[in-house]
Amino acid sequence: MAGWTRSDIGGFLAKQGILIAFFLFIIGFTIANERFLAPENIMGVVRSSAILGVMALGVTFVVISGNLDLSVGSMMSFSTIVVLDLHDKLGPALAIPAMFALTLCLGALIGFLVGYLKLNSLIVTLGMLSAIHGLTLTYSGGKNMDIADKGGTWFSIFGQGEIFGIPVPILIFVGLAALLGIVLARTPFGRKVYAVGGNGVAATFSGIRRARIVFACYLLSSFCVATAGLIQASRSLGSQNTVGQGLELEVLAAVILGGASLLGGSGTIFKTIIGVLILGFIQNGLLLVGLQFYAQYVVTWIIIILAVWLDIAAKRGRLWSPLA
Amino acid sequence: MTSETKTRLFKQGAIWGFIAFELIFFSVAGSYFSLSKGAFMDADNMLLLFKQSAPIGIIALGMTIVMINGNIDLSVGATYALSAIVLLDSMTWPIFAGLGDWVIPISWALALLTGAVLGAVNGLIVWKTGVDAFIVTLGSMLGYRGLVFMYNGEDPTSHLNWTLVDFAEAQFLGLHTATWFLLGVAVILWLLMNRTVHGRNAYAIGDNREAAVNAGIRVGPHMLLNFVLIGFLAALSAVVFYSESGSVNPNDGSLFELWAITAVVLGGTKLAGGSGSIISTLGGVIAIQLLRKGLGYIGAGTETVNLVIGLILVAVLFLDRQLNVKAKGELKV
Repeated sequence: MAGWTRSDIGGFLAKQGILIAFFLFIIGFTIANERFLAPENIMGVVRSSAILGVMALGVTFVVISGNLDLSVGSMMSFSTIVVLDLHDKLGPALAIPAMFALTLCLGALIGFLVGYLKLNSLIVTLGMLSAIHGLTLTYSGGKNMDIADKGGTWFSIFGQGEIFGIPVPILIFVGLAALLGIVLARTPFGRKVYAVGGNGVAATFSGIRRARIVFACYLLSSFCVATAGLIQASRSLGSQNTVGQGLELEVLAAVILGGASLLGGSGTIFKTIIGVLILGFIQNGLLLVGLQFYAQYVVTWIIIILAVWLDIAAKRGRLWSPLA
Repeated sequence: MTSETKTRLFKQGAIWGFIAFELIFFSVAGSYFSLSKGAFMDADNMLLLFKQSAPIGIIALGMTIVMINGNIDLSVGATYALSAIVLLDSMTWPIFAGLGDWVIPISWALALLTGAVLGAVNGLIVWKTGVDAFIVTLGSMLGYRGLVFMYNGEDPTSHLNWTLVDFAEAQFLGLHTATWFLLGVAVILWLLMNRTVHGRNAYAIGDNREAAVNAGIRVGPHMLLNFVLIGFLAALSAVVFYSESGSVNPNDGSLFELWAITAVVLGGTKLAGGSGSIISTLGGVIAIQLLRKGLGYIGAGTETVNLVIGLILVAVLFLDRQLNVKAKGELKV
């Protein structure tokens, strides 16, 4: 009988462990430094997490559908560079839709390769990471891209503006999260994404067009990337070609931290947001406690492993792997 | 049966065919576009090519055995950087001050030990917790990189030892030191994978883990050994490269994992494990380096190299699937 209660506890930990860890962190950091919970600090953290968060929303769809997307970082560099370049050539009103269209084309290409041609998503997006980086460098000629008239453009509103005292990046993040959360949890499309990721063969037999769903997930992901690129470009009004480099792995870390399985079929938008916030608050909290910036990487490493390990341990009912 | 053999031979030969194609293409295209007078297939140029492909190549060889085993290691770039820092920094430690040039073998050993330990940490976590290697090494890629930055901040770590530089720049029988290391590692790993129990079991585990467990193979220690090996090889790659360059930036080695995986996949190793060959990976490494050099030779920049390699990777995947439509399991990560 004792086993029952233990597995109950395990199940509870597995379901809510990440939330518990999140609250423990917040309590710990608050005790260490009372400024941690100050509204302006929280606002600052959410604001700086917004770019990562917006990208993580799209990748959540891709991961739930059972695939990976390693190309989001270089794709984000691409959209940032493109929108900054077109801003001076076409004006912001035309530059933004043009950038979205180009980024969606890239997403469609990946979606076609993974969805319709059924190629391995890890390798395809690895290849696209390299290819899109090359594309960006070709486009910009390797030079940094800057907006000529930084003071006189309304373009800066997406990254620097505030509405009712709330920074616009946060509003975009929250709005997009709410929208995509509803799409994933409450629509037939969302249900099909889970079905395709959970058991692709069964989904196909029950009449779901797997290829189309996967395609749509990548399209969605590239839309989120374009939005993140827009925020990034608008925030800095100038950019290097490598602005998004390495972000793909941080995004993936946030999604995994949220409890999505890399095998597909599980994960939610809400949990991904928690994952993003955990990364953001850890970074901020460690700095406030006085540790150096790079200690967050080590802590993130430990947290990712622990989160996934406990999740697996709760599912199999024992802590250590039975592997001989 | 014969068609199967044909397909296999074709696939094994494909990478060498591709290399031959690259050589011919760049030689011909070079005579029209190149700004330099020298021929592309010049002996010195080719020797340099081997030397330049050594750092990624040594890591890619290690990646091959990990991938044959059905795992993956994304942390090699960070391991490479951390080992390099240990190598260069330990030469300036006061305890070794009186040793003169005898500090070199000690520093080498320390750097290689660092790599092996980092690899062992990955391997132990994968073995004992049962967390997927992709996630484990994704995490340690961040963690090890964090250690690199915590070691010396954002400043480069530098120490130039001229004895070491002379050693690294030496040529023996025409080949550079780095090339010898690459070839030596290839030979040893080939022997390991094809002539030992460990190699046979590693293939078996990657092919079908359940079956391997049922056959009484102890899966864990084999995976652990492979992770230790790739950590060691990432450190060896750092030792070979930084003995000559003498200065390491904290960001060095980032994206090495992607280059190494690209080389391995070009060589035809399956992500799902169970198949792959050391020799073909060597082909993949050379093909990538040829592409970089060749595109530079005909006047294209880095951006084109990235673009072309990305597209080739996707094309290889597509061709591979067309060649064995029936092969299962390779679509899963």
